[in-house]
Amino acid sequence: MNVLRKLGTAATMLGAIVVPMVVLLAAPWWLVAASVAAFAAWMALTRAGRQAVSITRVGIATITQRLGSSAVVVVGIAGVVGVLVALLAMAAGFEATLKQTGADDTAIVLRAGAQTENNSIVDHDSAEIVSQAPQVLKNSQGQPIASPELVVVASLPKRGTGLTANVELRGVGERAWDLRPNVKITNGRKFQPGLRELIAGKSAHEQFAGLDVGSNLKLNGQLWTVVGIFDSEDSHNSEIWADTAVVGTTYRRGSSTTSVNVRLVDAGSFDAFKAALASDPRLRVDVMTTRDYYNRQSETLTSEIRILGTTVALIMAIGAVFGALNTMYAAVSARAREIATLRAIGFRGAPVVVSVLLETTLLAVVGGAIGATLTWAIFDNYTASTLGTNFSQVVFSFSVSPLLLWSGLKWALAIGFVGGLFPAMRAARMPVTEGLREL
Amino acid sequence: MKYFHLIWAALFRRKTRTLFTLFSVLAAFLLFGLLDSVRSAFAVGSSSVAAAERLITVSRISFTLALPKSLLARIQAVPGAADVTYANWFGGVYQDPKNFFPSQAVADNFFDLYPEWELAPDQRKAFHDIRTGAVVGATLAEKFHWKVGDKIPLQATIFPQKNNSNTWTFDVVGIYHVADPNLRGQENNFFFKWDYFDEARQFGNGTVGWYVVKLADRNRADQVAEAIDALSADSDHETKTESEQAFMAAMMGQFADIGLIVGTIMGAVFFTLVLLTGNTMAQAVRERIPELAVLKTVGFTSRTVLGLVLGESVLLLVLGGVAGLGLAGAVVSAVRTSLPAMGPTSPMVPVGEAIWLRGLGLMVLTGLVVGALPALKGMRLRIVDALSGH
Repeated sequence: MNVLRKLGTAATMLGAIVVPMVVLLAAPWWLVAASVAAFAAWMALTRAGRQAVSITRVGIATITQRLGSSAVVVVGIAGVVGVLVALLAMAAGFEATLKQTGADDTAIVLRAGAQTENNSIVDHDSAEIVSQAPQVLKNSQGQPIASPELVVVASLPKRGTGLTANVELRGVGERAWDLRPNVKITNGRKFQPGLRELIAGKSAHEQFAGLDVGSNLKLNGQLWTVVGIFDSEDSHNSEIWADTAVVGTTYRRGSSTTSVNVRLVDAGSFDAFKAALASDPRLRVDVMTTRDYYNRQSETLTSEIRILGTTVALIMAIGAVFGALNTMYAAVSARAREIATLRAIGFRGAPVVVSVLLETTLLAVVGGAIGATLTWAIFDNYTASTLGTNFSQVVFSFSVSPLLLWSGLKWALAIGFVGGLFPAMRAARMPVTEGLREL
Repeated sequence: MKYFHLIWAALFRRKTRTLFTLFSVLAAFLLFGLLDSVRSAFAVGSSSVAAAERLITVSRISFTLALPKSLLARIQAVPGAADVTYANWFGGVYQDPKNFFPSQAVADNFFDLYPEWELAPDQRKAFHDIRTGAVVGATLAEKFHWKVGDKIPLQATIFPQKNNSNTWTFDVVGIYHVADPNLRGQENNFFFKWDYFDEARQFGNGTVGWYVVKLADRNRADQVAEAIDALSADSDHETKTESEQAFMAAMMGQFADIGLIVGTIMGAVFFTLVLLTGNTMAQAVRERIPELAVLKTVGFTSRTVLGLVLGESVLLLVLGGVAGLGLAGAVVSAVRTSLPAMGPTSPMVPVGEAIWLRGLGLMVLTGLVVGALPALKGMRLRIVDALSGH
């Protein structure tokens, strides 16, 4: 029987830990704000509320006497929030980089079933047919804004470590500049079509050695010259660009390319464009908007990092909850006499519970704020790179958004709440006579 | 050891506090076990014994470029190369791109070089004889309810057939098993015959993705690798040969600086842990000052008292840590059986000897660090002050 009862208690405790955490983590900000407002009103307007305020004041005033153990709560929660926010910022940064790439009014055409550029081959004739589709926008000279592109993977040494990593070499057509007007040359000039010249994206230039303007490098046995650096503010920044035809010759791909990218008349004409290509018997291609294409690339990795971050934070949070429980039980037993005295002179149980909870919450918020601020200071715009869909490095920056900071703070509140709840209940339930005798 | 009972009693003097601290320690070492398992997987790559005897030869320019099949005979002739096989990435999709599993076209003798993938002799013969034959891993077969004799259509992502069709149909002729439970993640591959693949594919004919070379003597890996790379030096298809482990490690290294990420997280975790258990130990010693004074009065030396307190904090860490690492081991093996492998390796290695050793080292070290201050306090205690203080 005893075992059963113990199991029951354990299950109840677990429920009391999990339920408020889930509710709090899922709650939107307005719900939290509303509860805080309601709570403040209760404290200001009711007798029990005012009692709670005065007990809390004493509790907070005595924190300095328990500095060591209070610091455990603060640092523990700061650690949880810091790790959580850092990993989520990594996921958000990667997602943002790929989501910024692409638009609704440009489309990418790949061989049927290919899914990624790396797998795709589009022959020269098909590329021509695609560019001639009526939905493709024409430039001022009446030429379709289409860029047959050839993506190959090159190995270059990384700056710093010197270890080789893969970089994406993208051969682009002459009208790639009209296709992606966001691409700006920040240093040097554009490459000359027909020459072995290349320009490096800003991130590729920062990550890889030997991509400074004017330097020469060997790709597939041929000597190339870097003539410029470009900034597109999206994932193309991790690539190096050259003329499609020259890349094709160097890598012995003939006149075939890996994809055709086109600018459409407008975003609404995508369906018509897709239908036109699908009904053409000469073509066996898949077509999607570039926004779709790059969004899909970020999905897997982003969700993996999110799962990792949440798992790690959850385990750390459980550790921190026990740390907070220890601290607050100690705090309650240190103040046992004082609390018993308050109860003896007429204070009710509820204000005692609230005051202990408030104190833990305060420590938790301080911890959460420290963790979030530190992460923001260290990791906001921190640059990292990973292997993208085309087996080459994609460079991205961590992005610590206010939304992430807020969710970190919510975690802190949840931990504080759970860590304070049981000690608070013990404080309220303690028999007055026993408390008064406590040393 | 004769004081073990005393240390144990002291540790559980305040059951709740010790239990809570134990749970925190458990959480910390659970995390340590999981993260170290991930880190080791990325650091070591494939860890099987057989893998140590294999070299991988890929194009020097990029492993995505194909190599001519004519290289096969020349690699076979290299002294020290006991056996050579080859494979080509296929990247097929079954029904939905979300059902990802690795699919490769391989030479008939492929399974000779991968003895850890066990295939019944009659099934191996069938793979040899049947042109459209395919061999799948047991985990994969179970997932899609495939059995020997089934026809499996895969959608090509890279290689259409000569007749422009994207659909390749294979006959399952064998199902391979991996005995080592730690390598179960490798039971997720789909292999079919390179001969059929090369005959039917639209382009790239006569090329292979990579060669796998079995070494006659694993100590001569470097010389053999050099000899193989010398075969194609200055040609238009230069090769790069390295051990399977090094190849995997380089591949993993490109995903992320796992060491840095794991190191940062563990730093945060252990900083918190030291503070937390340090606080517990400080409280425990503070409460027990009169008891410690009594111990000294009845003849315990200062040194013994120091040892008692240190022993208590190390015991606290080891109890929680062993439970945490044990839990991590269970979680890792559960994850490993359910996660698809990333190529021939898995993103987590089992919590084995090396991780346990590192973990135990960390437990003892953390225990000593957090116990040091309270233990010194106990050692320096003056009996008169301590007894009169209360």
